Amino acid sequence: MSDLVKNIFRLAIFILIQVYVLNRIPHLHRYVVPYLYFLFILWLPFSITRIGLLLIGFVTGLTLDYFTLTPGLHAAACVLIAYARPFIINVLIPKDTTEFNYREPSPSGMGWAPYSVYVLILTLLHHAYLILLEWIQFGTFLNFIIKVGATTGISLLLIFTAELLFPRRLKFRTNTA
Amino acid sequence: MRNIFLFIRRYFTLLAFVLLQVFSLWMLFNFNKLHHAAFLGVANEVTGSINTQVDKLDDYFHQGEENKRVHHMNDSLLNVLRTNFSFPDTAQHSVVDSVTVDSALAIRRYLWRDAKVVYNTVNAEKNYLQINRGAKYGIRDNMAVLNSDGAVVGQVVNVSPNFSQVMSLLHVQSSVSASLKRTGDAGKVEWDGKDPRILLLKGISKSVELKVGDTVLTSKYSYNYPPDRMIGRVVAIGSDPASGFYLLKVRPSVNFSNVQQVFVVENLQRDEQLQLDSDTEKKLDQQKKPKR
Repeated sequence: MSDLVKNIFRLAIFILIQVYVLNRIPHLHRYVVPYLYFLFILWLPFSITRIGLLLIGFVTGLTLDYFTLTPGLHAAACVLIAYARPFIINVLIPKDTTEFNYREPSPSGMGWAPYSVYVLILTLLHHAYLILLEWIQFGTFLNFIIKVGATTGISLLLIFTAELLFPRRLKFRTNTA
Repeated sequence: MRNIFLFIRRYFTLLAFVLLQVFSLWMLFNFNKLHHAAFLGVANEVTGSINTQVDKLDDYFHQGEENKRVHHMNDSLLNVLRTNFSFPDTAQHSVVDSVTVDSALAIRRYLWRDAKVVYNTVNAEKNYLQINRGAKYGIRDNMAVLNSDGAVVGQVVNVSPNFSQVMSLLHVQSSVSASLKRTGDAGKVEWDGKDPRILLLKGISKSVELKVGDTVLTSKYSYNYPPDRMIGRVVAIGSDPASGFYLLKVRPSVNFSNVQQVFVVENLQRDEQLQLDSDTEKKLDQQKKPKR
């Protein structure tokens, strides 16, 4: 399966899970909103250009937005993490191995520690921006802090569960491809 | 000129980022004010058709409860049928009215349409429902949405040809004028975004004597909602330190997590009422002007 087809499937699955499962589970607590869909952006291959990443991020966010009727909210947050992603990858991956021999960020490729940091930073960034935008319209500062913490916690739980349940096989980059 | 192009090329990613951010934020804030957004009509149709498919499956899990509710409603309607009553008074006999025009001149004020909820959340701070009726079916903005019991669910905010979006009572911008059934005092029902099982009733003066368990109905003065429709019951009485009014916690009678069948209620005289309002304002303005 080519990267393009695979990622289109992934996007559809992530959005459907977010919209029909995570957004509809019975109310847990007002601070705990399970988000998983942005893992799609975290899993995108390294080979995509930065402009491509931004556009994909925007489309991902907007697709979810049209389901939840918050046009622009998730799109803004996704564009932010799509913009920040290359910087964080550059910091976390040692420069010496100039050619990464794997195609997308994954715990087995990057190692669990760098991958966790990568996930943590982007998750925190996504939620902080998302909840900040909600907070500007409504709410208090304490709400904001607690909600960012709680939401990040549950997202990390979901992401690592997803990683353990669906380990992606390492695909090495070869010259033949 | 060349420098400008160089600048753009150098910071192209950053510029694209800023552009997309500005566009998203513009959409967001625009939507919050007007409930309209770019491509929302098309998107509504697409999400609506997917939601409908998923909802077919979801139906199986709630059908029993919904059935019971409809049965109760039918029961209450059957009980008011004329055939349930006998008229033992011999002086009374029924006469067929031969006048073709109803001389009592009853004017229909509210028109009820049925609809089915296809998507619904309670977890967000701004919860919307999507229903499977749209502009083609005569649904327009600001119509009231009631559940199969006739209790208030929300209000239509956006319509596409086949689907509409409904702002639920569980929305931080929602505000419904309400009154207490026992005393008739009017206030506003709002939501603070915290607990989907608790609504807030504001604006009831402290002079009113209240009890826990008092029924909260829609107000008779609302343009959107039909009067005397159930909103909920008071579960806790508090006071708002800022305004000197009560701050009442109300348990909504609708269980928002499994709303299935709903009614969309149109106030047929709404346009006329609004027209009268604006005309009155204009008239008063005109009267004031010469005096200045």
